[in-house]
Amino acid sequence: MPEGCALVTGSARGIGAASATALAGAGWPLAINYRSDAEGAEGVAKAIVEAGGQAAALQADVCDPDAVADLFKSVEERFGPVLVLVNNAGMRADGLAPQLGDDEWERVLDTNLSAAFRVTRRALKPMIRARFGRVINIASIVGPRANAGQANYAASKAGLIGFTKTVAVEVARRGVTVNAVAPGFVETQLTEDVSNGNGNGFVEAIPARRPGTPEEIASCVRFLASEEAAYVTGTTLTVDGGLSA
Amino acid sequence: MPAQATTESVEQVIIDGLTELGAEGEVARDSTFEQLDVDSLDLVELAQIIEDEFGVELQGEDVKDLTNVGQVIDLVVARSQ
Repeated sequence: MPEGCALVTGSARGIGAASATALAGAGWPLAINYRSDAEGAEGVAKAIVEAGGQAAALQADVCDPDAVADLFKSVEERFGPVLVLVNNAGMRADGLAPQLGDDEWERVLDTNLSAAFRVTRRALKPMIRARFGRVINIASIVGPRANAGQANYAASKAGLIGFTKTVAVEVARRGVTVNAVAPGFVETQLTEDVSNGNGNGFVEAIPARRPGTPEEIASCVRFLASEEAAYVTGTTLTVDGGLSA
Repeated sequence: MPAQATTESVEQVIIDGLTELGAEGEVARDSTFEQLDVDSLDLVELAQIIEDEFGVELQGEDVKDLTNVGQVIDLVVARSQ
């Protein structure tokens, strides 16, 4: 593989942290990006280094274009070009559509979709030059499927899947692949309230009868980032224990 | 540090870049992208080569109306002043 590194946005915990750890296991130097959880990000980086890999925790709010520019500068100085990008940073602000505020709509769309666009745009040119690149967008089965109370989240994730497909065809002839992973219900801090409270009965609806783990999503990310996945592009890998089958 | 952008140096980088990108036939100032069979993704990559070499950033709006090699050279030289 060419010289370069992997950047996972929002990788202080959850699916991002597991993806970063899995990519480090595949030999990539890792840029662990976080917005506010410095302790979590440092912990992920430390574990990777202790396991013999290379990693650095780097603070940047991916919603801030200037911060994204600075993030890439510091990643490139440290590890060279970003050849694997995992757009994982995401958020929820739930409510039924008639009650969703403009701010809740905009924050979710900005974080889950627009930030992924800006980060991808910045990453693509060096990937195109390197004739190698892997962009992996963490989407959701919410988007392709309905989930009452998450109109903003669903719109952002459906948008991310549409974005994935079109960018994939734009850059495919340069050895750059762009794919999405669509997790179902995964136990992380993002879904904590769902699993502890109003999610009772939810697990019974999953054919696998259990939530997924961040590591199960990360292993799919690791595959999509590999040389073996060179011909997989523009697709969405659903990882949901059969929920949307 | 970005290289000094003289007309000659820009011309050389752009001609070498387009040749590397697989332009058909000889690349000259008056060659059109259509003649060279250079597509929009090639132009994106050329913009990256120019940025790496001269520190001049070209966005989509800047390049969408350009049709030949000379126009790109003139734009980069003008931008680097």
